[in-house]
Amino acid sequence: MAQTYLQNTSEQTAALKALKKRRWGGAAPYLFIFPWIFGFVVFTLGPLLFSLVISFFDWPIVGKVTFIGIDNYVEMFSNDPLFWKSLFVTLKFAALFVPLNIVVALGLAMLLNQKVKGSAIFRTAFYLLCHLRRGACMIWSWVYSGDYGILNYFLSVLGIQGPDWLNDTNWSLVAMVVASLWGQGSMMLIFLAGLKGIPKDLYESASIDGAGKVRQFLSVTIPMITPTILFNLITSIIAAFQQLTLALLLTGGGPLKSTYFYAMYMYENAFKYYKMGYSAANAWFMFLIVLTLTFLVFKSSEAWVFYEGEMKKNPQKKLKASRRGRS
Amino acid sequence: MKKVVAYALLIVFSLLFIAPLFWAVTTALKSQQELYLFPPKWIPSVWKFSNFAEAWNIQPFNLFLKNTLLVTVLSTLGQLISCTLVAYGFARFQFKGRDFLFLVVLATMMIPWEVTMIPQYMEFNYLGWINTLKPLIVPSWFGSAYYIFLLRQFIMTLPRELDEAATIDGASKMTVLLRIIVPLMGPSLILVSVFQFMGCWNDYLGPLIFLNDQTKYTLTLGLSQFKGMYGVDMQSIMAITCLISIPPLAIFFFAQRYIVGGIATTGIKG
Repeated sequence: MAQTYLQNTSEQTAALKALKKRRWGGAAPYLFIFPWIFGFVVFTLGPLLFSLVISFFDWPIVGKVTFIGIDNYVEMFSNDPLFWKSLFVTLKFAALFVPLNIVVALGLAMLLNQKVKGSAIFRTAFYLLCHLRRGACMIWSWVYSGDYGILNYFLSVLGIQGPDWLNDTNWSLVAMVVASLWGQGSMMLIFLAGLKGIPKDLYESASIDGAGKVRQFLSVTIPMITPTILFNLITSIIAAFQQLTLALLLTGGGPLKSTYFYAMYMYENAFKYYKMGYSAANAWFMFLIVLTLTFLVFKSSEAWVFYEGEMKKNPQKKLKASRRGRS
Repeated sequence: MKKVVAYALLIVFSLLFIAPLFWAVTTALKSQQELYLFPPKWIPSVWKFSNFAEAWNIQPFNLFLKNTLLVTVLSTLGQLISCTLVAYGFARFQFKGRDFLFLVVLATMMIPWEVTMIPQYMEFNYLGWINTLKPLIVPSWFGSAYYIFLLRQFIMTLPRELDEAATIDGASKMTVLLRIIVPLMGPSLILVSVFQFMGCWNDYLGPLIFLNDQTKYTLTLGLSQFKGMYGVDMQSIMAITCLISIPPLAIFFFAQRYIVGGIATTGIKG
C-alpha cells in the first residue's frame, strides 16, 4: 500500500516535471535574462573583481603598472592621515544622518497617515520636493550663506546670530546632514506603505485593552513596521557612505576637511591624483565596512524585527520560545 | 483638536520644504541691487525675467540640454526594454539557478557604486568612450537591479492563465510578453521611466567622471561650472536650477498617481 503510494507520487512528480519542462524549460528563460547577465558580468562583477586586483598594484592612469602586494593597504592604514580623517568624517555623518533620517521619514509618514483632508496633496508635495533635491542641491549654498542666507535671516528674527554654515568647521557637517535630510521622499513613502499595512483591528483591540496613543505606538506600530525599519536602516547606511555629490557641489570637502567624506577621498585619489590602485584599495575597504555593517544589522534584526508571516507559519516555535523565556 | 495639530504640522513641514525652492525662484528673479540685501526681500520689486535668458546664454546651455535629453531618453528607453525582458524571464519561467540568480540581482543593489567606479572608468577608457555620452547610456541597456525587481514583482501579480491561454493558442513566449504582459504593465513601466528619467536628468557624478569636454556637458555639469569659473554666480545658479527643475516637475505632475501607488506595491512592506 505504502509502496504503491510512493510509486504513484514519484510517477506523478516525474510527469509534472516533464510538463513543466515542456512549458517553461529550454533556453528561452536564459535568453530573456541575458541582458542582465551580460551587464552584471561586464559592469558589476568584472569591475568588482578587477577593482580588487588593481588594489594590489601601483596603477597610474598612464605609465608603468607595478605589483606591490598589500602596500596600498599598509600605506592607507599607517601613513595616510587623510584616510583616517575622511573615515572619521563619514562615520560622524552616518551617526547623525542614519538615525535622524529614520526618525524624520517615519515622523512624516505618520503625519501623512492621519486621516485629514488633502493628505494626498501633502504627500505629493513632500515626494516632489525630494525628487527636485538632487538637481537643486546648489540652492543650499545660497540658503546657508552666512551674510545673505535665508536660514540666518530666520535665526536673526528669533534673535540668534547664525554662523556661516558651510564655512564654519563646527557647523558644516551638520549643514550637510540637514541638506541630506531634506530629500525624504522615497523612504517616507516606504514607511507610509508599511503603516498602511498594519491591520486596524490591532489598534482596536489595543485600545479595548486600555492602551493609550503612546502605548499603541510603542506596542503596535513600532513592532509591525520593524521590517520596514530594517530595510530603511540598511539603505540609509549605504547612502551615508556614498555621500559625495553634496560635498563636491557645496563645500569641496572643506572647510579644513570638515566635510571631507570618505567617498570624496576615494574620488580625489582616483580622478585628481590618478592613483587608481590606491583608490581601489580605498573602495574595497569601504565595501568591507558597508558589508560588515549590513551583516551586523541583519544579524541583530533577528532580535528586533518582527515578521507577522513567520508567526502565522510557526506559532508553535514562537510559543515555545516565549515559554522558555518565561521559565 | 488632533486634526488641527496634524494640519498645523503638515503645513509647517510643507513650508519648511518649500521655502528653499521659493527662495531660489525669487533670487533668480531679482535685480543685482536687491540680491545682497539683508534682511532679504521675499518678493523682488522688479521681476527680471531676462535673468533666465542671460544665465542660459552665459554657457551653451542649448547644447547641454541636447546632451542631457539624448542621455536621458536613450537610457530610459534602454532600461524599459532590458528590464522588461529580464523581469519577464525571472517572473514567468522556471530554470536552473533562477532563485540564486535573482538573489544576485538583489545583492547587486548593495554594492556601492564607488567600488566599481574605477574599473568601469578604465573599461570605458580602454574602449575609447571617455568624453563621449556612451558610458552614461550603454549600461542602461543591460538592466538595473531595482527596476528588474520592481517589474518582476508586478508581473508576478498578473494571472498566469492569460499566458497559458495564449500559449495554447500557439503564441510564442515573445508574443505573450509583447501582446499580453506589456499592455498590462503600463503603470509599472511609467514608474520605471519616471525614476530613470529623474535619476538621469539630475545625475552629476556620472557626467563629472566620464565627460571632460564642454561640448559634451550635461545640464547639471554646466550648472556646477557657475561655481569656480566665474567666481560663484549665485543668481545664474538659481536661475538655471529653476529652469532645469521644470521638466522633472512636469513629469511628476503627469505621473504622480503612478508614482505614489507604485512604490507601495513593490512589495517593500511589513
